Amino acid sequence: MRILLTLLVKEFKQIFRNKVMIPIIFVVPVVQMILLTYAASLEMKGIKMVVVDQDLSQASRLLVSGFSASPFFEIVHSTTSYPEAESRLTGDRADVILHIEHQFEKRLYAEQETDLQLVVNAINTTEAGLINAYCTQIVGEFNTQIRSEWFSLDASLRMSSLDLKPSFWYNPLLDYKIYMFSGILVILVTLIGMLLTALNLVREKEMGTTEQINVTPIRKYQFIMAKLIPFWVIALFELAFGLLVGRLLYDLPMVGSLGLLFLFACVYIVVVLGIGLFLSTISNTQQQLMFVAFFFMITFILMSGVFTPTDSMPQWAQKINLLNPAAYFMRVIRMILLKGSEFRDISREFFSLLVYAVLILILAVTNYRKTT
Amino acid sequence: MSLILDHIDKSFESVQALKQVNFEVKEGELFGLIGPDGAGKSTLFRIMASLLIPDSGRCSMLGYDVDKEYRQVRQIIGYMPGRFSLYMDLSVEENLAFYARVFGTTIQENYDLIKDIYEQIAPFKKRLAGRLSGGMKQKLALSCALIHRPRILILDEPTTGVDAVSRREFWDMLKKIQREGITTVVSTPYMDEAELCDRVALIQKGSLLAVADPSALAEGGEKLLYSLRSGKGVYAYLDQIRQLEGCRYAWLFGDELHVTLRSAADDAGVKKVLDSWQDDSLKWESIVPSIEDRFMGLLQEESDADSEMEEGE
Repeated sequence: MRILLTLLVKEFKQIFRNKVMIPIIFVVPVVQMILLTYAASLEMKGIKMVVVDQDLSQASRLLVSGFSASPFFEIVHSTTSYPEAESRLTGDRADVILHIEHQFEKRLYAEQETDLQLVVNAINTTEAGLINAYCTQIVGEFNTQIRSEWFSLDASLRMSSLDLKPSFWYNPLLDYKIYMFSGILVILVTLIGMLLTALNLVREKEMGTTEQINVTPIRKYQFIMAKLIPFWVIALFELAFGLLVGRLLYDLPMVGSLGLLFLFACVYIVVVLGIGLFLSTISNTQQQLMFVAFFFMITFILMSGVFTPTDSMPQWAQKINLLNPAAYFMRVIRMILLKGSEFRDISREFFSLLVYAVLILILAVTNYRKTT
Repeated sequence: MSLILDHIDKSFESVQALKQVNFEVKEGELFGLIGPDGAGKSTLFRIMASLLIPDSGRCSMLGYDVDKEYRQVRQIIGYMPGRFSLYMDLSVEENLAFYARVFGTTIQENYDLIKDIYEQIAPFKKRLAGRLSGGMKQKLALSCALIHRPRILILDEPTTGVDAVSRREFWDMLKKIQREGITTVVSTPYMDEAELCDRVALIQKGSLLAVADPSALAEGGEKLLYSLRSGKGVYAYLDQIRQLEGCRYAWLFGDELHVTLRSAADDAGVKKVLDSWQDDSLKWESIVPSIEDRFMGLLQEESDADSEMEEGE
């Protein structure tokens, strides 16, 4: 106990003496939480649309007005020439082309059906999917309107078919910021826990101070614990700090129990620290470590479900995600904060991570050598 | 015996770093291990400090086996690695207090032991260790190695990279530590430091060449040693001297050449040849061999033995 305390005092002194440490702990999170939450928006506004209206009829105008009234679309150009519109799309000055052919109105009236062409720039598939969804919605509204105006007789019959009125639970206003923010908090805690621990351990290796430590009565487990505990505390602090920032800036809802969230975080951070410790055993320099850690961080984060739901990932990816601690925490933090889940709802994640923590620590500690 | 090294072997991949190293250090002795860079000194010291396990052979400290009873060994030894290994981002005082606490003691408890050394760096006790000069770093490292009052002190090249004045001071400190009854083993690449030890071991390419007290070692060496000086510099003459009939070995020694002859009778023959070179500034005289001469002589014999063995194969 005396030795562990001595080591802990030393570690904290060194951590806070490191000039970049304070900014990393306080400034980086705030910047990330502000910047990323707004920047990583899943909403789309101001989609640039070129309208090729070759019909120039009442019906076509009604359709186009549907798009111009939408907050999502901005009609940047109107023309009757399709090649001209296409050149705009190719030149990246437009995201989508709405092509209304000649005799659009006539055919619609006579045959009660006609074609409409939509050309979407699908370099970004998410964006293309959203554009498609928005367009379908606007065209659907147009259909209803046309029917009720032109074929008022049977409109009432058709109208009565199905009217879907969604109610969005847990995030009624579909505020993506709340969703993103909780995700970014997970990234932050992971980053601090994994990277800072590993860097600290490798730095000790680089400086060669272990040579002197090794001839003292300090035991391996004491040395490792003294390295992990400070970052465990810092990462937990970071979570609390992040939640506070979220509360103040975004009015982040906290439906569930914060105690439960922190209980879960305690275990989660042990897993992350264990991975950090393991990474430090396989790298000899801070530079090597950065490359290895970068690979793990990117994989963990992108697969964690921060942007895209894990349920829509292919089966094999979901299997891989069993090994991704960030995926567990990502799910649980949203469940607790937004949905108010209780312990029994997250018990599967909790015990999985507990097992994970034990296994990764065994692996890392056996792989760890104080000597080079 | 304080320290017993019993036929230690150690290899790193294809390189054999230590070959059958075998010696003992007496209680309270100041023992020097002398050898050039890469001779295996640090490897041997890391074995003594329980940081490396030898491939074969045993090492024991005051009866404790360094491999099996390393925990007891670590309580009784103080080790100062060749490379400065204290925390650069902790101050002088913090480093010392840290090592004291780790060993379950305090600075005050053993202050008398480190007083002479620590007082020299005490004015800078708030300074970070990383900002100290080389000599001050050595003093701090020595203080930290002594703070738990070890019974055996192991110092790996403590004077390398330290200026001449600090080196001298450092050896004075070692003498004082010795008077406290602490057995000290120190390695150095500097021959002149050998004479400050009670006994020395000469090591080259992982093998011990000799173990003896410094004066006996020097006396036991080359009897027929001569020095050759020249105002024009002697380096140009080295090859010519080596080709002389009576010359056994010749090596550069500072700005002079040291030459050993096969027999005393060869002296006259060499002088005659020297005269024929018509260099008035040439000066040839018989000298008393130093420990370094002995070491050079041993090295030459060793390499002769090696080449004979290779020829024999």
